[in-house]
Amino acid sequence: MSLVRRSSDLLKPFTTAASTTSFLNSRRHFSTDDTTTITVETSVPFTGHNCEPPSRSVDTTPTELMKFFTDMALMRRMEIAADSLYKSKLIRGFCHLYDGQEAVCIGMEAAITKKDCIITAYRDHCIYLGRGGNLLQSFAELMGRQDGCSNGKGGSMHFYKKDACFFGGHGIVGAQVPLGCGLAFAQKYRKEDHVTFAMYGDGAANQGQLFEALNMAALWDLPAILVCENNHYGMGTAEWRAAKSPAYYKRGDYVPGLKVDGMDAFAVKQACKFAKEHALKNGPIILEMDTYRYHGHSMSDPGSTYRTRDEISGVRQERDPIERIRKLVLAHDLATEQQLKDIEKLARKEVDEAIAKAKESPMPAESELFTNVYRKGFGVESFGADRKELRATLP
Amino acid sequence: MLRIIKQKISSRGLSAPVIGGYTHRLSPVASTIRHFSSAIKEMLVRDALNSALDEEMAADSSVFIMGEEVGEYQGAYKITKGLLDKYGPERVVDTPITEAGFTGIGVGAAYHGLKPVIEFMTFNFSMQAMDHIINSAAKSNYMSAGQINVPIVFRGPNGAAAGVSSQHSQCYGAWFGTVPGLKVLVPYSSEDARGLLKAAIRDPDPVVFLENELLYGESFPVSAEVLDSSFCLPIGKAKIERKGKDITITAYSKMVGYALKAAEILEKDGINAEVINLRSIRPLDRATINASVRKTNRLVTVEEGFPQHGVGAEICATVVEDSFEYLDAPVERIAGADVPTPYAANLERFAFPQIEDIVRAAKRACYRSVSTAATA
Repeated sequence: MSLVRRSSDLLKPFTTAASTTSFLNSRRHFSTDDTTTITVETSVPFTGHNCEPPSRSVDTTPTELMKFFTDMALMRRMEIAADSLYKSKLIRGFCHLYDGQEAVCIGMEAAITKKDCIITAYRDHCIYLGRGGNLLQSFAELMGRQDGCSNGKGGSMHFYKKDACFFGGHGIVGAQVPLGCGLAFAQKYRKEDHVTFAMYGDGAANQGQLFEALNMAALWDLPAILVCENNHYGMGTAEWRAAKSPAYYKRGDYVPGLKVDGMDAFAVKQACKFAKEHALKNGPIILEMDTYRYHGHSMSDPGSTYRTRDEISGVRQERDPIERIRKLVLAHDLATEQQLKDIEKLARKEVDEAIAKAKESPMPAESELFTNVYRKGFGVESFGADRKELRATLP
Repeated sequence: MLRIIKQKISSRGLSAPVIGGYTHRLSPVASTIRHFSSAIKEMLVRDALNSALDEEMAADSSVFIMGEEVGEYQGAYKITKGLLDKYGPERVVDTPITEAGFTGIGVGAAYHGLKPVIEFMTFNFSMQAMDHIINSAAKSNYMSAGQINVPIVFRGPNGAAAGVSSQHSQCYGAWFGTVPGLKVLVPYSSEDARGLLKAAIRDPDPVVFLENELLYGESFPVSAEVLDSSFCLPIGKAKIERKGKDITITAYSKMVGYALKAAEILEKDGINAEVINLRSIRPLDRATINASVRKTNRLVTVEEGFPQHGVGAEICATVVEDSFEYLDAPVERIAGADVPTPYAANLERFAFPQIEDIVRAAKRACYRSVSTAATA
């Protein structure tokens, strides 16, 4: 349990974490100010569809700026470590990495509460972390160990955190969107003041079920926010080869939309704040986050047969979300270059420690094969591969 | 009535083709004296499928391929590699990730006389397209009194891979096998892959062609006859992979390999097992299965899919119905565990049949003592 606290310390402003004594002792204290307002301009203005876009000027605080940096550095480190673990075969099956897209989930979390729901597809590790998930449970799940967030039974594509209203973690492209509208349906049914962010990619954007659910969400004024993380490639297929209209923020037709620079955490924050206000009053809205994934679709995809290495390195140089925050932190004199490097080193250390601990976590007990088939099994029997050799009574 | 049917079963030899009107195309080989190379060639299942697609597309311009990443990406599992370059984007069509849509489009094209080969990246995604496979494809010929047949093939990997968790590991053999109007084929070896895919593409009815990702990289010996572009296997005929006299083991797809390995182990214990590679779930080769059980008197069915209402259940029913007096032991069923597929490696191992499960069941059917059962 202490590890849970430890990780969430890392997601809080850095000076409150236990391991910051070196920082506090350093010659220069970096700002932990929660009260000073810094105004940041988004990289580009928002483009609205059937709505008046919000302002480019986003208010933030030194605390929030530092948190963005720290959190994104941790997420980046986690994904890169997962790459190595997959290559050393400690992670099996599918592994879809989020590095490059961190600003979307970080910006979103900054605008919402843990009572607002998030649901996404299979590129879910960082979203899980953003919702308050911890590194140990993340790596243990990836390696199929009992301390994983799904007890090792779900794997990379199936992370959940219900107590923080994170509903997974879904393997079938597009399915999470109607599910997200369903979460919004329940929120409205219960007259909650909360919204749901249903995340999907440019590949899923063409799924029919999305439009079916969107129609109903609009008809019934559900507080559903559809967030298209447009990283421009649906597995190996570029957006222009899959969509007649890749202007995903306009695809809702009668549903308003906003196009957002998804590599700019403050643009994302502003957009999500705007969307939440809209959804609570007027029903669904679509946010298109213009983002990019550095890795291929999954670890089985090199990611370079359908895009050039120049394109990938170009985005990394010009639009990297963490670099953007680094520049802002330095420009506002909130920390030194060295301090930021130290934060990244610490992130690396935290990730390494979590991996080491996750490796020690045992594989799930054999009896776990039969747990959680039902919430209530009524004592029904279930069977192993040889029904006369292995059977169980479901509780 | 019963007697007549019984006679039919016992007189039907293993070589007779079944419903569908498709006969083994041996005539070119039989009539011309061709000398084939005596060297045994090996072929990967992946290449067997690729070459079958290539040859059928070359032979018939109405055959086209449609699916996700089949073209420019060369196929998610490289089954369609090289075909876009050879046949162009009109015949190798990359689709958006929209199964319901493109399956419907494929069936519509088949209504109008084209011969689509629709690829599902895995059959788990075919669930998005279920209505079109069943209602639009399987039932059309019947509902239209024969006006609209649907010469379509739905193909792709089926069943478990390794570590892909519950939403990506299901076997759909039993689901599709229930539906009259569909043909459901389950290749194991490269010979099966080539012969059955060619048969499927040439067939005038909708065929569900269930491959297996873990078999794609496996190599099998193929004769020159198999490599010939006219090679074709009959639909609805099982293959006896290993002759035996003590017990019949039925299996399909990857489980055929497991059953063969189990048979080797059983041999050491003096049990001579006959392994039947079903090749076809629908039509099910009841004749071959029953003939085998009448010879051995014992049966183990093996499948990867969920046990309830599975392929093994149907095989058991057919044997009980047609060969009850011949059974000397209850039919044993080995199947996937009755749980969603877990991700953790050790649990996943328990979720699917292992060779020792087949051996154990066979020994039970032969009334050999086995180690005491473990219960969870």
